[in-house]
Amino acid sequence: MIRFLLKGLLRDKSRSRLPIIVVAIGVMLTVFMHAYITGFMGDTIEMNANFANGHVKIMTKAYAENMDQMPNDLALMETDQLLEELTSQFGSVDWAPRIRFGGLLDVPDEQGETRSQGPVFGLGLNFLSGDSREAERLNIDHVLVRGQRLTQPGEALISELFSQKMHINPGDTVTLIGSTMNGSMAFYNFTVAGTLSFGSEALDRGALLVDLEDARFALDMQDAAGEIIGFQSEGYYNDATALAMSERFNQKHANADDEFAPVMKSLSQQGSMGLYVSMAKYWSVYISLIFVLTMGLVLWNAGLLGSLRRYGEFGVRLAMGEAKDHVFITLIYEAMAIGMIGTIIGTAFGLLFAWLLQTYGLNISGMMEGASLMMPSTIRARITAESYYLGFIPGLLSTVAGTMLAGIGIYRRQTSQLFKELET
Amino acid sequence: MEKPVISIRHLVKKFPAGKGEFTALKGIDLEFNTGEFAGLIGPSGSGKTTLLNIIGSLDAPSTGEALVLGNSIGQLSAKEAARLRKHSLGFIFQSYNLLAVHTVYENVEFPLLLLDYSASERKKMVLEALEWVGLTNKIDSRPPKLSGGECQRVAIARAMVKKPSLVLADEPTANLDADNSHHILKTMETLNRELKTTFLFATHDEKVIGYLRRKIFLKDGRVDKDEWVK
Ligand SMILES: Nc1ncnc2c1ncn2[C@@H]1O[C@H](COP(=O)(O)OP(=O)(O)OP(=O)(O)O)[C@@H](O)[C@H]1O
Ligand SMILES: [Mg+2]
Repeated sequence: MIRFLLKGLLRDKSRSRLPIIVVAIGVMLTVFMHAYITGFMGDTIEMNANFANGHVKIMTKAYAENMDQMPNDLALMETDQLLEELTSQFGSVDWAPRIRFGGLLDVPDEQGETRSQGPVFGLGLNFLSGDSREAERLNIDHVLVRGQRLTQPGEALISELFSQKMHINPGDTVTLIGSTMNGSMAFYNFTVAGTLSFGSEALDRGALLVDLEDARFALDMQDAAGEIIGFQSEGYYNDATALAMSERFNQKHANADDEFAPVMKSLSQQGSMGLYVSMAKYWSVYISLIFVLTMGLVLWNAGLLGSLRRYGEFGVRLAMGEAKDHVFITLIYEAMAIGMIGTIIGTAFGLLFAWLLQTYGLNISGMMEGASLMMPSTIRARITAESYYLGFIPGLLSTVAGTMLAGIGIYRRQTSQLFKELET
Repeated sequence: MEKPVISIRHLVKKFPAGKGEFTALKGIDLEFNTGEFAGLIGPSGSGKTTLLNIIGSLDAPSTGEALVLGNSIGQLSAKEAARLRKHSLGFIFQSYNLLAVHTVYENVEFPLLLLDYSASERKKMVLEALEWVGLTNKIDSRPPKLSGGECQRVAIARAMVKKPSLVLADEPTANLDADNSHHILKTMETLNRELKTTFLFATHDEKVIGYLRRKIFLKDGRVDKDEWVK
């Protein structure tokens, strides 16, 4: 019987071709869109993690409350000890202390007089200690425009746009004017090692990247850091484990009175990132749902047309003594076979396109100019384990649901009525 | 005395028509015995197909009774009716109703699939049935490639392959020319004689009527005449 049905499916192109094409296209779009959104949203999350949020971030309670003001007077103290503790408690996480600071950059001429001055957004991070991955995180090698990356203390990287505005070249000496942790004025000279273009207006307007130890010297923050950010070993943000980690850490450090006690916040607990993380999580569900519905509708109608065309066949089969519900069940089997084949084809194509977009990427830096949000300038899909099975949900659900709806017509009709239609 | 294959008592069939209803069969009383080669004859609209459908358990009587092989058609559930058709009834239609995407062999094999015969039994039975109708050379053809006469012979093989007790044939020659009509009628006559299968036709074709051994004339939903030949 199964072979009989399969032969019918294979030979009657109108029975199999249209539904398979519909399913394949729908599944292909589902798989591709899922990989695309996972990739794009995931990359956006990673970019924000790398530049600002980390997968988790530790600050003092007070610092956390005024995060946007970069209040270094509220920075974490005795960070070496804290780092040791973190490493022993969360061994797989890569911890990176950072200092954010604001200030003025003063560019002197040959006589030491001010030639130009401009506000900068400073970031002190671990460039120079051997095993640090901070340079890699900020993608320094790729965004370097002129000069070279940091190789020794006292050097700085500045944004290319800013350097042009201020007429600064690699090798020039610049002076940072800021305030120390204790509130007094800070002056510190840096040699410009190179210039950077991130492709994000927020960063390109006036970024100053220096080694963490230089920032500590400059701002009088020995063994201190505004924040310590942590990166999960999977390489991608995992909200569940990040939240669990924060909870564990915060339980241990719950000290209501001490506003300098450290708190850990997952990326999703920092500002608007939470919304973004949950969006990324539910998007794939929405997509599947949308495709289940639209494909279901198309297949329902295709199924209606198909079974109208096949009333003759059903009539004969009923006359031969096949029971109605058996005819109905065989229709469902056929639908499942079609859904399977369509899903496999669609998943293959979806994965192919996703792989292309994952491997080659789509450069959208042109479109991103002037965007204030930090987003990757290249869209890349990301194929995950879900990509391989996600398509089966809309693929099978829509064919089976479509056929069931269409097949109810068989039940509604009297057997003899099916015969009337046979006679013509 | 042997039990009749079909026994019909006071059979009435009404169809809803507009606001009221239309009575297609107005009290039929008939009996058929094993091995008959009988036909319902009458003008269009006289109720031939309606009666055949009820005997075939495709439709149910409004009142009265139709006993087919001991089954009271009106009392059967859909499943029981399907079982009766599967085991004991064969149908031949005016428009052949072969499955176009399946080969001659597969069309004839289908009733046996429903009856769960083994592959080797099926093969033997299908080839035998195709031999009866003289189509062993077209086993792998598909219906669209066959002539009308060949199609109807496949349909006969399909109806006969499981050796049913009763074959119901509604206008089997309506789409055929004279030569083909005589050919399939002779085939059915032979099968009737050799297998003792009861045949019941619905027809107004003179060629068919010429072969019948019992002629039941229907008129306006009633039996007008019931004649035995010789
Ligand atoms: N499902 C139905 N609903 C309403 N009326 C019906 C239905 N089936 C048959 N009839 C009516 O019952 C009458 C008998 O129909 P039937 O099909 O049995 O005639 P017939 O003798 O087979 O005619 P023909 O030679 O044209 O096939 C006709 O008047 C027909 O219109
Ligand atoms: Mg008729």
